[in-house]
Amino acid sequence: MPDERTLEVKVWRGGESGRFQAFAVPRRASQTVLDVVTWIQRHLDATLSYRYACRVGMCGSCAMTVNGKPRWTCRTHVDKVADGDTLTVAPLANLPVVKDLATDMAPFFDKWAKAEGRFVPADERPADFHTVPPGTRASRAANAGIECIGCGICYAACDIVRWNRDYLGPAALNRAWTLVNDVRDAGNDVRLAAVAGDAGCHACHSQEGCRTHCPKQINPTASIAGLKRATMVAAFKGRL
Amino acid sequence: MSPFNPVWPVRSHRGYLAFVVHRVSGVGLAVFLPLHFLALGTAIGGEAALEGFLRWTDHPLVKLAETGLVLLLAAHLAGGLRLLALELLGWRDWQKSAVAVAAGFSLAAGLLFLLNLGL
Repeated sequence: MPDERTLEVKVWRGGESGRFQAFAVPRRASQTVLDVVTWIQRHLDATLSYRYACRVGMCGSCAMTVNGKPRWTCRTHVDKVADGDTLTVAPLANLPVVKDLATDMAPFFDKWAKAEGRFVPADERPADFHTVPPGTRASRAANAGIECIGCGICYAACDIVRWNRDYLGPAALNRAWTLVNDVRDAGNDVRLAAVAGDAGCHACHSQEGCRTHCPKQINPTASIAGLKRATMVAAFKGRL
Repeated sequence: MSPFNPVWPVRSHRGYLAFVVHRVSGVGLAVFLPLHFLALGTAIGGEAALEGFLRWTDHPLVKLAETGLVLLLAAHLAGGLRLLALELLGWRDWQKSAVAVAAGFSLAAGLLFLLNLGL
């Protein structure tokens, strides 16, 4: 049976400055926030800009601020987050707004590069597949953070990013931590130096906003704490 | 107009509350420290000056303020221990429990002090 209720949706329109525009959207069973935004664009205002790709929580491109919290909209059910029959949808915080709900993700991913978040093979032409022993402390630490989809939700939830625009952010530091624990990688001296600066892991106040909001249940705060320990050990050993 | 008002929904979790308690208690203690030195400094003016000050601190309202001070100190100490534990011991799923233990410890210390006053 179709749901007769109507959802009042306030959607951010404009760039860095703008206003919320209200739309009335029919409520449906199992409706996601992305369904709502898509319905508005297809039926009410074709000029509404937003971003999505996979719709199944894999690509990390549809994150927005929903009722004040950053969320992956394709996997966020309206029933779980609506304030009665109202929904407020805004772009992700801490990123430049391109238009409406679409943010410029370049600063976010540039910081992955700054954190040396690329794999540096220890052996360029291995004769066989590397063996990664399961169950070791390093492989468990790498596994814990590896499922990041790069949605930017942790970055939007982080007050340190808000206070220090150079701060590398939870996702980039989490990526660095997974590589620090990758036994096949040989880039750790450069990587630890990259994350040990003022805008690196030691700037984190362990507020745990990243961990609280991560849709993949990753704990970047723990990864950053790991980097704090690793950089401390490296400094004691004279490697920093 | 900002798309991010109100600002509290994204911060309404225990980790952020622990941060605020740690920051506010730290600032409170920093503000108190000069007053503490000022009180100790009264000893320079002679025993009578210090005694006069100490007698003033027996006032119930001052004792109550002292309780608040001990609460701040306990909260800051417990928050600091929590942070050290989170960051140095590499705990994963204990963070929320650590927040609860820190809050409980600070409250217990403050209340213990209040009881010891014999009010």
